Amino acid sequence: MAEPPIIQVEDLRKHYGPVRAVDGINFAIDRGATCALLGGNGAGKTTTIAMLLGLLLPTSGQIRILGEAVPRHRQRVLPRMNFSSPYVDLPQRLTVAENLTVYARLYGVRRVRERLATLGRDLDIEAFFQRPYGSLSAGQKTRVALAKALLNQPEILLLDEPTASLDPDTADRMRRILIDYQRRSGATLLLASHNMSEVERLCDQIIMLRAGRIVATGAPRELIHRYGRKDMEEVFLDIARGIQSGEVLE
Amino acid sequence: MNGISPHRIGALALRYLYLLRSSRVRIIELAYWPTVQMILWGFITRYLASHSDVLNQATGLLLSGVLLWDILFRSQLGLSVVFFEELHARNLAQLFISPLQPIELIVALMSISLVRTVLGVGIAVLLAMPFYGFNLFDLGAPLAGFFLNLLLMGWAIGLLVSALVLRYGMGAESIAWAAIFALAPLCGIYYPVAILPGWLQPLAWALPASYVFEGMRAVLLDHAVRLDYLLYALLLNAGYLGLGIGVFLATVHQARERGSLLQSGE
Repeated sequence: MAEPPIIQVEDLRKHYGPVRAVDGINFAIDRGATCALLGGNGAGKTTTIAMLLGLLLPTSGQIRILGEAVPRHRQRVLPRMNFSSPYVDLPQRLTVAENLTVYARLYGVRRVRERLATLGRDLDIEAFFQRPYGSLSAGQKTRVALAKALLNQPEILLLDEPTASLDPDTADRMRRILIDYQRRSGATLLLASHNMSEVERLCDQIIMLRAGRIVATGAPRELIHRYGRKDMEEVFLDIARGIQSGEVLE
Repeated sequence: MNGISPHRIGALALRYLYLLRSSRVRIIELAYWPTVQMILWGFITRYLASHSDVLNQATGLLLSGVLLWDILFRSQLGLSVVFFEELHARNLAQLFISPLQPIELIVALMSISLVRTVLGVGIAVLLAMPFYGFNLFDLGAPLAGFFLNLLLMGWAIGLLVSALVLRYGMGAESIAWAAIFALAPLCGIYYPVAILPGWLQPLAWALPASYVFEGMRAVLLDHAVRLDYLLYALLLNAGYLGLGIGVFLATVHQARERGSLLQSGE
């Protein structure tokens, strides 16, 4: 018997008065998949991720994660998930080690020191363990935020623009770390990104959003073929500008 | 709802202790205001004791009042200011996507408030001994009841203020300072509630702190322990703390509906 999707979303809506941030979306993500949530600014990506995390209550619709209804049973699934975003900070005055220790304990990580040492090596952040988080560069902060997101070895890792504001070298290292983690752990990755080459490289499934609705889904190659474009960048522009598959991009 | 986890509460309390440890200025500041108040009121007491029968009879009246008041003030501030730190640090979203439950956040805030209150007021209490030969512990066993009641009332106000700031943003932060001072004239810190105009007295008797300060005067002036006052205060505190927790949890729920946990900050 086929395993049920690890994330299942049915007719999910989030309305703020007349504004329909998310407007009746349906999708399913299988265990071990790497899925991208794409769309222009205000398409509903962050709203969707926030609802999956239980940070935002849906207006209506169903979310099932790891077989549990969210947000009702979010406490059962949150220890098995994690999230990283350059737009959600960690306390600035605490050192990197203090921040990671606090979150490791919040997630019930056993052998905290060992876990921190492993992450410090893997993400090359050991050198600034004793520095205040607020004193780090954007790239260093992103690595620390990813370390926080990997503390509990999550089965589901949600990432909001994981390589935003990083130089190409650091961004490439981040992607390698994510690929490596995904391969080693079999975790499911869901990321919102504006970096199409990153999406092509990392993802095997894409969900395209526009004005709170899903306008296209499929594998990157499938979408490129369907829209008759040479890469995901062009597909993204088509969809962001409301051009249907097969139409000519001006 | 899942069970409350002492480990998660401990983890968050550890975060607040790290924060406290990260700045010596903060630790000094904790004790600074209670100590300054104690010194000021100590001199006032010395001066007035020679002119007032009441103060002559119980020289510790004003100093006890000011130190007990600081327990209430510091416990409220110790809770709400630490919560504001989470807003300033834009850390609420991180906390609420972790397995931490809002009730565990409340308990962690209460724990650090207790630590900050004991540190801040404790130093002033200890310094009052060599400065004025005044020992707050001379209040005896009732002091434990006074401390508990003032702590609980401070937490209740702290939670209500934190809920307001979560709902209306950091612009409402000044309420944290103003709220408790609005109640100060009603609590009878330095004078009996009977001094207040008749129409204000029912309001005063609706505050747990009024029973504490009346109880304090009963110990110092009449050498009597008013257990009834302590009990009334405890009952009122149960109600106010329940209200504070309820409003805070409802505000967090509302923030989840409005999506403000993601944007919460300055």
